Amino acid sequence: MRFKDYYEVMGVARDATQDEIKRAYRKLARKYHPDVSKEPQAEVRFKEVGEAYEVLKDPEKRTAYDQLGKDWKAGQEFRPPPGWDQGFEFRGGGFTEADASGFSDFFESLFGRGFARAGARGGKARARFHAQGEDTHAKVLIEIEDAYHGATRSLTLRHTELDGDGRPRLAERTLNVRVPKGVRQGQHIRLAGQGGAGMGGGQSGDLYLEVEFRAHPHYYVDGRDVYLDLPVAPWEAALGATVKAPTPAGAVDLKIPAGSGSGRKLRLKGRGIPGTPPGDLYVVLQIAMPPDQSDAAKAAWRELESTVKFNPRAGLGV
Amino acid sequence: MSKQTRSLLTGEVLEEDVEFTLAQLCRACRLPAEQVYTLVEEGIVEPMGRDPARWRFRGVAVHRVRRAVRLERDLGVNAAGAALVLDLLEEIETLRARTGRLRD
Repeated sequence: MRFKDYYEVMGVARDATQDEIKRAYRKLARKYHPDVSKEPQAEVRFKEVGEAYEVLKDPEKRTAYDQLGKDWKAGQEFRPPPGWDQGFEFRGGGFTEADASGFSDFFESLFGRGFARAGARGGKARARFHAQGEDTHAKVLIEIEDAYHGATRSLTLRHTELDGDGRPRLAERTLNVRVPKGVRQGQHIRLAGQGGAGMGGGQSGDLYLEVEFRAHPHYYVDGRDVYLDLPVAPWEAALGATVKAPTPAGAVDLKIPAGSGSGRKLRLKGRGIPGTPPGDLYVVLQIAMPPDQSDAAKAAWRELESTVKFNPRAGLGV
Repeated sequence: MSKQTRSLLTGEVLEEDVEFTLAQLCRACRLPAEQVYTLVEEGIVEPMGRDPARWRFRGVAVHRVRRAVRLERDLGVNAAGAALVLDLLEEIETLRARTGRLRD
């Protein structure tokens, strides 16, 4: 087990006041809260900060932790000295509202006893009032095309369960889930009864799967609508043309109106993500330059230059 | 490690197929009705219908309520603050989706 330097985790001095610790916690909690944060590893950091705060905000636990001495370094191999917590009685309740289940082994070895008592009390209360199992959450990653046709995804989920002797162990299960047609980014699929097991004969909780689209090299999605950047040749944009365009439901023939500028949006009604109503597919034209730099090509451009009088920057006043 | 494989599961899309009564929402979020009332007052979730006994909530209310409760608990904001955070987060998510194309 590795030593954890809770002062370092919270970025406060060892002699910080309780107010300073609280302020540091609030700031870090806002930064790493998984509901708010886009920081990588936000959830892991939020748990670390929560664990550190759980100890440092509670004068009893903080004093006990300080007894370990200043010489420990984060990450150093650690065993609690025998009887290190003699004379401390951790009250568990009051200061400890946090959910201790996600805390580290280091925390458990130091404060496990007090928490075990508090946990047992909470557990009994829960068993009496809510026998139903916990709802669980996971993400399911799908392709944009899957939202058009529906798909089946195989998900492997890990959870902790109690073995015959009541010891926790890691269990794995594989679910085959039907992803319905028309599902959108950020929506949730509820699988009733697939969450945590109930206590005392209570119902199992539900499993919620948050749908996430894998980033696509060509399409991007906004709600029900899908966008595609479509390169066109300068003469296709100038003269108009019928060109092939890919869509998640298969290629289509698309009519480009004559005189289309770069960035012009063409709407293909109802060709976005299916639903009632279905979304639209927007094709955004991008005028692409031919790589051909031959003399003949240059001569053709020069002829165009001398034939067509055009100042594209007239609107900028130059 | 124990392993388990199950057959094909079909779920419901929370945002489309699911509606809750007040009692069902309370059960799904493990909250007393008074606390859900407070969140309704702040506009965090909007029930359909006037009479609380006949309120219907859209399925996504479960997520808004849970998020609001976590924000209140972890960040020390009150219900009005949580409502503001949720609205701003939603706006940011919409803007991120809109600018997604420009970023890459």
